[in-house]
Amino acid sequence: MREEVIVRVGAKVLAPFIITFALYVHFHGDYSPGGGFQAGVILAAAFALLALVYGLDEVQRVLPPWFVQTCAAMGVVIYAGVGVATMLLGHNYLGYNALAPDPTHAEHGQHYGILLVELGVLVTVFGVMVSVFYLFAGRVRKAQ
Amino acid sequence: MLLTLLAATGLGLLRIRNLFAVVMLAGVYSLLSAGLFTVMDAVDVAFTEAAVGAGISTVLFLGALALCGHHESRPGHTPLLPLFVVCLTGIALVYGTMDMPPFGGADNPVHHHVADHYLEESYHEIGIPNVVTSVLASYRGYDTMGETTVVFAAAVGVMILLIGARTRRERPGGEEGDG
Repeated sequence: MREEVIVRVGAKVLAPFIITFALYVHFHGDYSPGGGFQAGVILAAAFALLALVYGLDEVQRVLPPWFVQTCAAMGVVIYAGVGVATMLLGHNYLGYNALAPDPTHAEHGQHYGILLVELGVLVTVFGVMVSVFYLFAGRVRKAQ
Repeated sequence: MLLTLLAATGLGLLRIRNLFAVVMLAGVYSLLSAGLFTVMDAVDVAFTEAAVGAGISTVLFLGALALCGHHESRPGHTPLLPLFVVCLTGIALVYGTMDMPPFGGADNPVHHHVADHYLEESYHEIGIPNVVTSVLASYRGYDTMGETTVVFAAAVGVMILLIGARTRRERPGGEEGDG
């Protein structure tokens, strides 16, 4: 498959759009269907597509396994960290109203809080999906 | 219509022994379920089903297939006992639904516990139009954090299984699977 010109060029053209779409799904999750989970899966799918077409080594040069594994853990840290941050600001755990820049409009904090925790979900899901894909694909390569 | 297609795909999944076709049919099944969720106005669920079920998991299944071969061997026992267990469970489940309120009724308890509050107040309390997101990330923020942790823990489990198996197999002389 790696020698097919159409597949190679197609994957190269599509990948940036898939990545941009993932970011759109994340940041637009407040207004339309989607959110961190779906965005993480779409982002992982972009790299899975590149790995299928260009080979695992090429993608692992950009996204080394230690990086995606760290991502998987960092997402949980981001999510829990938002909770700790709101507690340090004197509100409940995950009480996003603490994040509002203007205390008279406390509900604005919800917006930031949701974006941040969804970012945590995105990072974890992306890291998990790519790590699992690497593990399977790596074993296939070793077995052949 | 979609349900008929779903049932047909499910039966096809059961009958076919070529695992490559099974993986593709599983992707079709996910896509059909996503269509069904869209028809029922659960767009967020449909989105997730299409991305995870039809997208990533098909790729992962293909990766697993490359490891374990394309053909499913015939089961060594008759299907009668499993069929009996499945029928019994199905009857028990159908019996259980007898006590449930009518499907889609507007005054069902599920629509009046906290759903009213979410639908009417979430725009003022949270300030974003997508109620699914505000329930998921704000009202139910703890649950979503638990889910994120579960996803992470599952990945750690997969890593331990796959990486552990690889190193153990390499130790007695680098013998690898037949792939």
